[in-house]
Amino acid sequence: MAKVTVDGIEVEVPNGVSVLQACEAAGKEIPRFCYHERLSVAGNCRMCLVEVEKAPKPIASCAYPVADGMKVFTDSEMVRKGRRGVMEFLLINHPLDCPICDQGGECDLQDQAVSYGLDHSRYLEEKRSVKDKYMGPLIKTIMTRCIQCTRCVRFATEVAGVPELGATNRGEGMEIGTYVEKALTTELSGNLIDICPVGALTSRPYAFVSRPWELRKTDSVDVLDATGTNIRVDARAGEVLRILPRTNDDVNEEWMADRGRFAFDGLKRRRLDRPWLRQDGRLRPATWAEAFGAIAARLKGLPGDRIGAVAGELADAEAILALKDLMAALGSRNLDCRTDGAALDATRRDFYTFNTGIAGIEEADALLIIGSDVRRESPVINARIRKRAAAGNFPIGLVGPQGLDLTYRHEWLGEGGATLRALAEGSHAFNEVLRSAKRPMLVLGRGALARPDGAAVLAAAWQVAARCNMLQADWHGFNVLHHFGGQVAALDLGFLPPQGGAAIAPQIQALWLLGAEVDPAAIPQGAFVIYQGHHGEQAAARADVILPGAAYTEKDATWVNTEGRVQRGRLAVHPPGEAREDWKILRAASEALGKRLPYDSLDAVRARLEAANPVFAGPEFVPHGCADQAGPAGDAGAVSDAAFVLPLANYWQADPVSRASATMAECAEVYLRSPQKQLAAE
Amino acid sequence: MALSDKDRIFTNLYGQQDWRLDAARRRGQWDDTKGLIGKGRDWIIEEVKNSGLRGRGGAGFPTGLKWSFMPKQSDGRPHYLVVNSDESEPGTCKDRDILRHDPHTLVEGCLIAGVAMGAHAGYIYVRGEYYNEHLVLQAAIDEAYKAGLLGKDACGAGWDFDLYVHRGAGAYICGEETALIESLEGKKGMPRLKPPFPAAVGLYGCPTTVNNVETIAVVPTILRRGAAWFAGFGRPKNSGTKIFCIQGHVNKPCNVEEEMSIPLRELIEKHAGGVRGGWDNLLAVIPGGSSTPMLPKHICDDVLMDFDALREHRSGLGTAGVIVMDKSTDLIKAIARLSAFYKHESCGQCTPCREGMGWVKRMMDRMVEGRAETAEIDVLEQVTRQIEGHTICALADGGVWPVQGLIRHFRPMMEERIAAYKARKGSPQPTLPMAAE
Repeated sequence: MAKVTVDGIEVEVPNGVSVLQACEAAGKEIPRFCYHERLSVAGNCRMCLVEVEKAPKPIASCAYPVADGMKVFTDSEMVRKGRRGVMEFLLINHPLDCPICDQGGECDLQDQAVSYGLDHSRYLEEKRSVKDKYMGPLIKTIMTRCIQCTRCVRFATEVAGVPELGATNRGEGMEIGTYVEKALTTELSGNLIDICPVGALTSRPYAFVSRPWELRKTDSVDVLDATGTNIRVDARAGEVLRILPRTNDDVNEEWMADRGRFAFDGLKRRRLDRPWLRQDGRLRPATWAEAFGAIAARLKGLPGDRIGAVAGELADAEAILALKDLMAALGSRNLDCRTDGAALDATRRDFYTFNTGIAGIEEADALLIIGSDVRRESPVINARIRKRAAAGNFPIGLVGPQGLDLTYRHEWLGEGGATLRALAEGSHAFNEVLRSAKRPMLVLGRGALARPDGAAVLAAAWQVAARCNMLQADWHGFNVLHHFGGQVAALDLGFLPPQGGAAIAPQIQALWLLGAEVDPAAIPQGAFVIYQGHHGEQAAARADVILPGAAYTEKDATWVNTEGRVQRGRLAVHPPGEAREDWKILRAASEALGKRLPYDSLDAVRARLEAANPVFAGPEFVPHGCADQAGPAGDAGAVSDAAFVLPLANYWQADPVSRASATMAECAEVYLRSPQKQLAAE
Repeated sequence: MALSDKDRIFTNLYGQQDWRLDAARRRGQWDDTKGLIGKGRDWIIEEVKNSGLRGRGGAGFPTGLKWSFMPKQSDGRPHYLVVNSDESEPGTCKDRDILRHDPHTLVEGCLIAGVAMGAHAGYIYVRGEYYNEHLVLQAAIDEAYKAGLLGKDACGAGWDFDLYVHRGAGAYICGEETALIESLEGKKGMPRLKPPFPAAVGLYGCPTTVNNVETIAVVPTILRRGAAWFAGFGRPKNSGTKIFCIQGHVNKPCNVEEEMSIPLRELIEKHAGGVRGGWDNLLAVIPGGSSTPMLPKHICDDVLMDFDALREHRSGLGTAGVIVMDKSTDLIKAIARLSAFYKHESCGQCTPCREGMGWVKRMMDRMVEGRAETAEIDVLEQVTRQIEGHTICALADGGVWPVQGLIRHFRPMMEERIAAYKARKGSPQPTLPMAAE
């Protein structure tokens, strides 16, 4: 520890931290532009200058390590002069177009200019202007506003792992760009908008839409992937205008994936905003009473084993619970939540969750990825793996397609079942790597379970974990990576058929789909289909009754991410039209069916949730070891030789919300359908 | 008092003899290098310390002390010697003559310096424009390899040493030691933050010492002739001999090796044939390459050419590129040209340098015409103060010092220019702020 005196306040900080951190420990705010605590130190903006006793010149506090007995002054004449000077320099070539700048109101430069700026300009020369760059469909650039802090360059290189941004030219002519103009090929590009301290990189879909002070901000959780990214939903007049990440070091740090950030415009399109009823073979608008009447008419008297229910990938825990209770009241056990057919085993929670925890990745020292494109399935978790990989001594093996660009170096072990079997038997060379690690982990993609031998794959993966020291009393290295925010809660609530059963079977005469995109061809002919959800896709088109539900930004709901972390989402805007929160719809339907569910308020539902599974009462997530090495049912030896196929071929349009989003459609067009032209220089 | 021929280190500075190995050996180079190495690392560093040798690249840091910063024992990482031959300072061309006419002084120096800092590899970063010079240097290195003076068991002294030549691509900033290291690693030449210093984390993250060509090239002779011999020249703490580059308005511009602390006037009159039109026609001298502030004639009359004497006059010895300007010179224009140079060469990393250099350059352009207000001289001065000392490297300092020197010594000339413009054209049109501002 080093004792440092900051403006007379003595603080003790660990050796090796920067002067800036010591100043923050003393409660002194240091202005900065280039410094970002999750990026490497550039030390180039010179805004964080402080005076250190005996140093002839002011020093950049972000880059200077503390020394014991150091005396720092953050508000001396030298410091004020230095910062004022830097601020003046930054402003001389910065366009004073704040009135038309989307960063206005949340701009570091604007804020700090209030503290350190002059009230007039002494600069009488011509200002610099820079041509705007194309960086893809998500990022709008106004490069004249750039202050060359290089945060974006460091983010792209270090966190996103795509070294595509850089500075060309030097001195005053220095420009940030992609060298050869092209869209950035990262699923984390939206974060560039957040880290840009000025209005040089702003959100293209959000351009000229709103001012930050006009927005109502609601803390919530993203469900468009299974990361459980903490978000803030910014809305105005009943419309979601943008979604930003919140800082949560245990989950997403302060990053967010592009689909979660930009797909929200899909919440306004192709919505089911009123009940529909099939009459004479065609769907017609109906009232809630008519819809419930039709359901009651069809379901009453139907034996329970003729009724099925499927929960979709974006269903919240409350709705799943209500549907399960309703089905129980109707005598049906034909439940399922695995629309992708993944052979998950819900008998024990650690068979289907990401037990290591996202933050736990940083403690791991070896990693095996099985059948997962982590980069597309959870860009934020992938960034965490990359962070760990960048720290060194982290061998990574992949069983899956060869040549996958995960943004970090990994060893390709094989493409399919044969390799997994070898690993499970302990005869693969990579077994030795895992065994010699102290905290090895594996990531099993949900996609790898969605094949005929899925149960065997699950058993084999567990066997790898058991064999390679991943299951310790204080370390659990077995991880399943899910794809969407509603998948784990359904497993926690046991929304599964009994052994050997299925939700969709030939004898089913009525099927309740809770936002589940079921292939219409799989639904038995003549079955009565109730579709409850927020987006109308092919399953809704097959429905006989459509009950309009609320999307994740429109309800107070509980979500469980791939770790098994229980988080609450909050209502940011009300559901459109006649759409309602899903558990309320089910509660109302139960009344119509004469099987009234015993809860009338959200609190009552949640009390029932806690009773159904105590994880919903407990702390969000507890790091845990593995108490029982016994594995899931399934014959590890039965894994077929088939190659693992990655499920999310189209990252940009993987769920109903993003499929309705114009922004995501543009991304898919740019990134998938018309590959960017390669120039000669590449 | 002047340096006698027998005391010159660079005996072929003018290329009158052959540069090749045989000729170099006849001039005494590579003489008992094995013996020098045999005396050990500590002895070499001690001798260099005792000689009082200060870095010849501009900053004047004591060389022996710098070498002693290298770790005594390797922690597993290799040590590197890097020779800075990216001589781009306007007004300086001393390293060029060493490279093309006396390359073996440098090659031998590299081996000895390598031994002194525990380095088995050395890199010479040659300015890109020095194309022919780099060919000569490479040929000299090849000769040395062939003669067993470099490579495995160099000189038979039991020390492996490899020497590589790397050419720059024409950026002034790559003469800054950490930018040079970045450039050598294949990155964009941008200075690194210090600490850590190169002696701890340098080239490829390994302990590295960066020295100027002249610094390295004088070491073998110092060791052969003794630290006391070298320390006998010049004033205390400014000892040794030094190559001065005299140019501008002198009758015979030249490079000359002279004793340190020689009076400026003697230097110019003895070696460069005096100022054009006589000493009284002198207006000002930039004593140490473009980045040192100029000195007006009354200081030049009796100033000594060494680190400390020039510092007393708020200038510096720098690289000893003496730029002489007689009374025909438009000093403001000369300094404006330098400002344009520094604006062009700023790497763009630090805000004050990136933004400030352009501002200074544009103001200086107006000062050349006189299209300014008198009060703007103060603004210009303040802007240079806002830049100075607020950046990662010293380029910004060197870029504004000439302007500060001009204002310090020739402010009346600038005011006169402004007055003349006003008399001719009336008050300058103020650039009207536009609606957006």
